[in-house]
Amino acid sequence: MKPSAICLFVLASGVLLAQHEYAATDIENGARTYTNNCVYCHGPEGDQIPGINLLQGKFRRTLSDDDIARIIREGIPGTGMPAQNMNEGNARTIVAYLRSSAAVPASTVAGGDAARGKAIFEGKGGCTACHHAGGTGSRTGPDLSDIGALHRAVELEQSLIDPGAVVLPQNRFVKVVTKDGTTVTGRLMNQDTFTLQMIDSQDRLRSFPIADLRQHSVLTTTSMPSYKDRLSSQERADVVAYLVSLKGAAIKGARKP
Amino acid sequence: MKTCALALLSLAAALSAQSPVTFDRILNADKEPQNWLSYSGTTRSQRYSLLTQITPDNVKNLELQWVFQSRSLEKYESTPLVVDGVMYTVQNPDDVVALDAATGRVFWTYSYQVSPDARPCCGRLSRGVAILGETLYIGTIDAHVVALDAKTGKAMWDVEVGKAASGYAITHAPQIVKDKVIVGMAGGEYGIRGYILALDAKTGKEAWRFYTIPGPGEPGHESWAGDSWKTGGASVWVTGSYDPDTNLTFWGIGNPGPDWNGDKRAGDNLYSDSVVALDADTGKLKWYYQFSPHDEFDYDSVQVPVLVDTVWQGRPRKLMMWANRNGLFYVLDRVNGQFLMGKPFVKVNWMNGFDERGRPMKLASATSSKDGTLILPGNQGGTNYYNPSYSPRTGLFYIPAWDNYSSLFVKQDQDFVEGRTFGGGGPRPTTSAPVAPGGSNFRADDDIYGAVRAIDPKTGEKKWEFKMADVTDAGILTTASDLLFSGGREGYFFALDARDGKLLWKATVGGAVRSGPMTYTVNGRQYIAVDAGNSLFVWALRQ
Repeated sequence: MKPSAICLFVLASGVLLAQHEYAATDIENGARTYTNNCVYCHGPEGDQIPGINLLQGKFRRTLSDDDIARIIREGIPGTGMPAQNMNEGNARTIVAYLRSSAAVPASTVAGGDAARGKAIFEGKGGCTACHHAGGTGSRTGPDLSDIGALHRAVELEQSLIDPGAVVLPQNRFVKVVTKDGTTVTGRLMNQDTFTLQMIDSQDRLRSFPIADLRQHSVLTTTSMPSYKDRLSSQERADVVAYLVSLKGAAIKGARKP
Repeated sequence: MKTCALALLSLAAALSAQSPVTFDRILNADKEPQNWLSYSGTTRSQRYSLLTQITPDNVKNLELQWVFQSRSLEKYESTPLVVDGVMYTVQNPDDVVALDAATGRVFWTYSYQVSPDARPCCGRLSRGVAILGETLYIGTIDAHVVALDAKTGKAMWDVEVGKAASGYAITHAPQIVKDKVIVGMAGGEYGIRGYILALDAKTGKEAWRFYTIPGPGEPGHESWAGDSWKTGGASVWVTGSYDPDTNLTFWGIGNPGPDWNGDKRAGDNLYSDSVVALDADTGKLKWYYQFSPHDEFDYDSVQVPVLVDTVWQGRPRKLMMWANRNGLFYVLDRVNGQFLMGKPFVKVNWMNGFDERGRPMKLASATSSKDGTLILPGNQGGTNYYNPSYSPRTGLFYIPAWDNYSSLFVKQDQDFVEGRTFGGGGPRPTTSAPVAPGGSNFRADDDIYGAVRAIDPKTGEKKWEFKMADVTDAGILTTASDLLFSGGREGYFFALDARDGKLLWKATVGGAVRSGPMTYTVNGRQYIAVDAGNSLFVWALRQ
């Protein structure tokens, strides 16, 4: 009885999906807005509230896009769901993200072992050469200390296999060549018409006057290698399990619902 | 010339190193005057810099370099840190920003979401951050301590150390001692029971706690009538100082509660309005000195203890100097707390000398009353949280002072309700010259005024003063080139000659200076920074 109900639900949401086209930019913005506003209660997989799985289209009752947008903006009185101070457009991007995620299967990496993943992360994988997590590693690449609270396993797995597919603007690298010919590469932190700020490969916060540079360019590609062939699928599953476990001890206290 | 080149070289090396800020570096901060590694500059808290590029002769050539406009309209009372070319400062209430100290461009911003329960008296603000290793620490107005990665602004841990809904808050920059982060609770206007606590810098785990009001069975508990100790306040508003030789951490403690009605808290009310000296490893009380026993005038000891080693009456001594809100300047022996001297630095009418043990002789008339009692100094004090400075070169102690200032202290009955203000009355302005922040100034010459007042700490005598038409909440910085920087409510930031108080330079900043100025260098160039209004201003010599 239960499987068929789920089946029906998936079919139903499939029908709903077919009724709508969601713009890629809406989905992307919605993912960001979801991460900033919803993830602390609902979790990155959308399944942290019992009986609800936002990213698999499982709600307590059937909801239209209008219903979801309204609930996001107005909350549900008498429950833990607060009204969000958000305009209609932003709420709609979250709807786009939730609906499109429901069409994507959940993580294919199952059975990962977080402890083994940590060992790979800090050893064989060489991840700490760029990434900081669990109190160790460089800060040049994106800090992953709370990545498990922000992203889904399926997204983390995708980043391991095809790291260049999605490079968020805040994770772009920049290369500068100073007038004396020194090349410095690091993660771009800020820039303006006259200056540029980065964290370099030795974790130093650097600020350069553009007038002192021979050249500078923002790299939109990633310097991270693909782990498709570098790690076995089991090892990748282990690393993903470790990343999912990184919830960032800080976040709970700092953000109170 | 050669030493100058060497100095520049070593500065450049330090910049490229960006090495972790060990506690050893914090202790020896005067060996790297290009940096400002803790709230008061050094653990002695003299706010005296060894930098000398800017001098009395060239200070007129200061030129504005950059401004950081915050996204908060709250007043600013903070002092930034500078570590190897990177500045760390706050954006009220509890955001932290990392900036390029030479250009003011932002590396990262950490945004802290304050609980709606937060209810700090006297400003939704932070006075600054602390650094140890590569970790920054901030205490928040909802009584959390948060550790941040100094390179990225990422939160590493966040612990709740007080109940915001009951009025507990942190508004000062934490103090680092060895491997611990030390903070104290504000909330004296809400009937809290104050405490100072030390957290393990790595994990945030509590290492020790010292209650600023002794509990049953502890010495001093008898100084509170009945249950009044439970709601007696005694908060902490500003950062303490540290002496490595004795391993003592010194903290100024705030007023007893209810602030303006002492009827139900008969006794001295220890350790309100006191300085406490605690063992930095255990939090155990080594000694205390109470400046204002059984206070009814809000005379918090919200001042940073200034530690000075000098010759006192013929022999070298480890001293603590303190210009208190109650209008008196004190010199104590910081090893044992012995009272050495106490003298008014502004007009005072609540006491008349000291007994042989250093206890003030309070006048019988000096008590708040139903109809109001006129007391000098008034409620804001002869000084307040404003940072004083001591220059070993001039041997003078510099105080941001309010003189001829009085309030009518009125008491009312009030019952304690958790989370609600617990004042028991309040101050009323005296008829001649109220203090109205931000309003027009109609005062006559002899009415209340603000001043930078230089006193000889060996005698307590005034050496000179720089008088202002309005009062001042600005801290003071002195340098080894005999410059003094300060400001006031009028919205000027200025430089005086630290030897005679002569005005050498001024700038209009368009908002009250309520913070402590600081100085640093990047690539050999000296900068002066101060918060004014709700922005941070930075100057250097014109090139």
